[in-house]
Amino acid sequence: MSAIGKSVARAEGEERVTGKGTFVADIKLPSMLYASVIRSPIAHGDIIEVDDSRASKIKGYKGIFTYRDILGENVIPVVFRDQPCFAEKRVNYYGEPIGVVVADSKSAADMALSRVNIDYRELEPLLDPLKARGNERIKIYGEDNIFKHLKVRNGDIEKAFAECEVVIEDIYTTPYQEHAYIETQGMVANPLPDGTMEIYGSMQCPFYVREAVAAVLDLPFSKVRVVQTSTGGAFGGKEDVPSLVACQAAIPAYHLKRPVKLIYSRDEDIISMSKRHPGWIRYKSGADSNGVLKAVEVEYIIDGGAYSTLSPVVLWRGTVHAVGPYRCENVKVDTYAVATNKVPCGAFRGFGSPQVLFAAESQMDRLAEKLNIDPAEFRLKNILRTNDTTPFGQKLSWSVGAEEALMRVLEKSDWKKRKDKNEYAPDGKKIGYGLSSVFYGVGLGAGGKHLARTGARVMVEGDGSVSFSVGTTEMGQGMRTVLAQIVAEELGLPYENIRMIPTDTSRVPDSGPTVASRATTMSGRALIDACGKPRNSILTEAARMLGVEKHQVILKDGMAFSRVDKDKQISVMEVINSCFAKRMPLSGEGWYVSPETSWDERRGFGDAYVTYAWSSNVAVIAVDMDTGEIEVLKIYSSHDVGKAINPSLVEGQIEGGVIQGLGYALTENIITDKKGRLMNTEFATYIIPTAADVPSVKPIIVEHPYPEGPYGARGFGEQPLMGVAPAVANAVRDAVGVRISNLPITPEKVWKALRKYED
Amino acid sequence: MKIKFILNGKKTVVDVPGGMRLIDLLREKLNLTGTREGCGKGECGACTVLLDGKPVNSCLILAAQVDGRDILTIEGLQKGDSLDPVQRAYIDTAAVQCGFCTSGFILATKSLLNENPDPLDEEIKRGIAGNLCRCTGYAKIFDAVKTAAEYIKEEN
Repeated sequence: MSAIGKSVARAEGEERVTGKGTFVADIKLPSMLYASVIRSPIAHGDIIEVDDSRASKIKGYKGIFTYRDILGENVIPVVFRDQPCFAEKRVNYYGEPIGVVVADSKSAADMALSRVNIDYRELEPLLDPLKARGNERIKIYGEDNIFKHLKVRNGDIEKAFAECEVVIEDIYTTPYQEHAYIETQGMVANPLPDGTMEIYGSMQCPFYVREAVAAVLDLPFSKVRVVQTSTGGAFGGKEDVPSLVACQAAIPAYHLKRPVKLIYSRDEDIISMSKRHPGWIRYKSGADSNGVLKAVEVEYIIDGGAYSTLSPVVLWRGTVHAVGPYRCENVKVDTYAVATNKVPCGAFRGFGSPQVLFAAESQMDRLAEKLNIDPAEFRLKNILRTNDTTPFGQKLSWSVGAEEALMRVLEKSDWKKRKDKNEYAPDGKKIGYGLSSVFYGVGLGAGGKHLARTGARVMVEGDGSVSFSVGTTEMGQGMRTVLAQIVAEELGLPYENIRMIPTDTSRVPDSGPTVASRATTMSGRALIDACGKPRNSILTEAARMLGVEKHQVILKDGMAFSRVDKDKQISVMEVINSCFAKRMPLSGEGWYVSPETSWDERRGFGDAYVTYAWSSNVAVIAVDMDTGEIEVLKIYSSHDVGKAINPSLVEGQIEGGVIQGLGYALTENIITDKKGRLMNTEFATYIIPTAADVPSVKPIIVEHPYPEGPYGARGFGEQPLMGVAPAVANAVRDAVGVRISNLPITPEKVWKALRKYED
Repeated sequence: MKIKFILNGKKTVVDVPGGMRLIDLLREKLNLTGTREGCGKGECGACTVLLDGKPVNSCLILAAQVDGRDILTIEGLQKGDSLDPVQRAYIDTAAVQCGFCTSGFILATKSLLNENPDPLDEEIKRGIAGNLCRCTGYAKIFDAVKTAAEYIKEEN
C-alpha cells in the first residue's frame, strides 16, 4: 500500500497556517444582518411578556423574532421532541433562548438586546439531579422527571456477591465538562430567491441542522441546504446544539429575506450550549479469591438538564460501558437520565462513558488492593480477549486488542519498576503510578442504528485531479486527510491529487451524524464503494494499454503495473487521459450501511456495537504532601485502532484526548449558583490545560485489524479522553494512600483527605 | 479618527471609530480574517498579533492605540509563495488540528524565537502558555516550535 499507513500532511494544513481557512465568522454576504439571542434570565419560570419597544429605537434595528415567528413546529428534533426552538411561556433553564433581535450590525444587535425587557414570574428551580426522580413539587419532564431508564441484566447478582472473597461499594461523582472548542458556535442563514434556505456554519452534523431548520420553517429537506464551514473544534459540542443556532439565524433570515449572521460570544456559548453530563454512580463490585471479577452492580444517574436532547443515547453508551473491558458473568446495571432546570447536557467525547468508567476503574484498583494483587495482574486476569463474551452477552469474534494494549502500556511505562519510584521523587513529593483500561463501542451501534449509513461521491477529472464528497465532517480530527488517503489508495493516484469538497447536504444523501468515532470507518467504506466505478475504468483501460488481463493490474504510487511482468507499467495519469478520451465513466457514488446489531433494550442484553476499540493508560504523578497539588509527569496511552491510516494523526488524537481527559481529572468543572445560574463562563474561571500544565504524553498504537473497516481501521478518537481520570485517581492512591472518588481531583480534596478532613 | 501604522510591512492609513478594537479593524474593515476571535477577553490568545514584535491580544487593544506602530498578522508572514519557517514547521509536525488557534500560536512562536532562538523545553512551555489549544494537547505544538527553531537556524 502506498497511501495507507503514512503520516501525510494534513489536507488543510497550509490553509490554516496562512490564516486562509473559512470559518463561519469570516463570511460576509451582501446586505447581511446580525442577530443576538434573547435568553431567559431565570432557570425556571413563566415568561409574561417580551417587550422590544425600547430596542426598536436603536438605529439599524430590524426586529424581534420569537416562537410566534416559527412557521412549522417549534421543536429542535433530536431523539424525543421535547425541546422548543424558542421558549413560549415556560422557561426551564438559565440562558434558554426566547427569541432573537436583529440589526444591521452586531453592535446594534447587542445594544438592542440590552434594551429588550423580559417580564417573568420566577418558580423554584429543580437543580439537584438526585432529587429529580419522582419529585412531587417540580415536574420538568413527564410525571417523574426521568428522560430514560436503561438496564443490563446478566447472571445471578445476589448469589455471585455471596460467593465473592472481596466486595467494594462506593459512590462516585463527576462534574460538568465544557467542550471549550476555541471557535464558538456560529451560523449564517442565507435565503435564496427560489425559497431555498442555505445555512453555513460550524457543526458536526449537517443533516441534523437540516432537519431542524426544515421543521421550524416548514420547508421540505430539499429546500434546505446546509454547508459546513471550517469547524474550529467540536468534541461533541457541535453535535445537536448547532441546530439551535441555525434556527436562530434562519427564522429572521426567512422573514427579512436577507442573510443573517449569528456568532456566539464565549460566555453565551458556555452558558447555553451542551456539556458533559454530571454523573452520580453507586458502584458495587466483587471478586473471588482467584482474582476473578464475579459481580458488578451499578446505579448511574446523569443530569440531563431541562430537555432530553441526546441524553437517552448518552445514557445508553454509559450503560453498555459500565463494567469496563472485562469478563463478568453477573451484572446488574440501572441507569437514569433525569431532568433538572439547567442547561441541557449532550454529547462530549466519550458520550456518557467517562463518568461510569471513572467509577469502574477506581473499583478495579480497590478490588486488586483488597485481594493484595497487582492491579495490572488483576486486570489481565479479567480482560476481554477474542472469542470472549462481554458482560452484556455479546460474543467478540475477532480483533480484541485489549490485552496487547494493556501489555504495551505496562512495558512502556516500566510498570514493574514502579516499586522504586520514590527514589527519584522530588523533595516533599511522592510518586504514584495509576493504571486504567477502557474500551469504546465504535459507531452508533444498536442505540442509533437507524442512522448508521453513509454516502460518498468521487469524481476523477480528465487532468487526474480528484474531488470527493462525504456526509460526515472534518472538525480537526483529520477525517478529510485520512479519507483522501483512502481515495488515493483506491485509485492509485498521489495523495496530493485528492481533494475533499466541504460537507454539504446537497451533495450526498443523509449520512447520519459525525459522532461516535464513526467517520473513518463509515465514510471510508462508502468512499471505497464510490471509487469502484472509476477504479474499474482505470483498471480496464490500463489492462488494455499494458496488454494484460484486468485482474493482473496493480495501481500504486501513480503507476499501473502488471502483476506478472513488473517491467510493464504506465502512469495512471496516462490511463485516465485515455479513459477520458474514450468517455469511460470516471465518477461514482458509494453507500455503506453498518452491519446489524441485536440489542434487546427490555432485557438489557445483546450485541451493542459492531466493534470496539481498546485502551490502557498509565499516569505517573507526583503529589505534594504539604499542598495536595498533583504534578502529572507522564501519561502512557495505548489504543487498538485496527489500522492507523495516518499514524501521526492517530498520535494527535491520543495526545489531545489525553489532555482533555487530564482537564477532566484535575481542574474542569462548571459551578451553578442556588438559582441555577452558571458561575464560571470564561477561560479565566473555567480552567482547561495550557501548554505550561501538560505532561509528556506517550501515545502507543496497537493494530488488530477490524475486518469490516477500511484497511482494517476502526474509529477510536473519543477513547483517549476516557481512561485518564481513573488512572490519575489510582495514581493518587498509589502515591499518598488516599482515594478521591469525586472529580475533579483538586489540591483541596487531596489535602483534606491527607488530613482526613470532612467537607 | 485617522491612524497611520505599518501593517504586515506596508504603510497603512485608515479611518477608525474611537471605540473600535484592533481585531475588528483587522477582520471587519481590512478583511484580514486570519486573526481569530475565541473569547474577546484576552484569555485564549487566538487573536494574537505582533505589536512592534511582541505578542498581544488584538481583542484587548483599541485600533487607535496602534497609531505609529508596527503590526504583523498571520497574513504578513508569508514571503511571496514561500511560507515562513514557523508556518512550515507547524505543517511538518502535524501541529494543526482544527486550526482555529493556529494563527495565534504561529505568531506567539515567531515572537518567542525572535527573542530566544534556542529555547529550552520549559521556555517553550512558558512562551506559548498564553495561547489555548483544545485539540492537540500541545505535544505537536512543542515539536513545531523546536522544528521551527531548527529551520530558522538552517536558513541563517
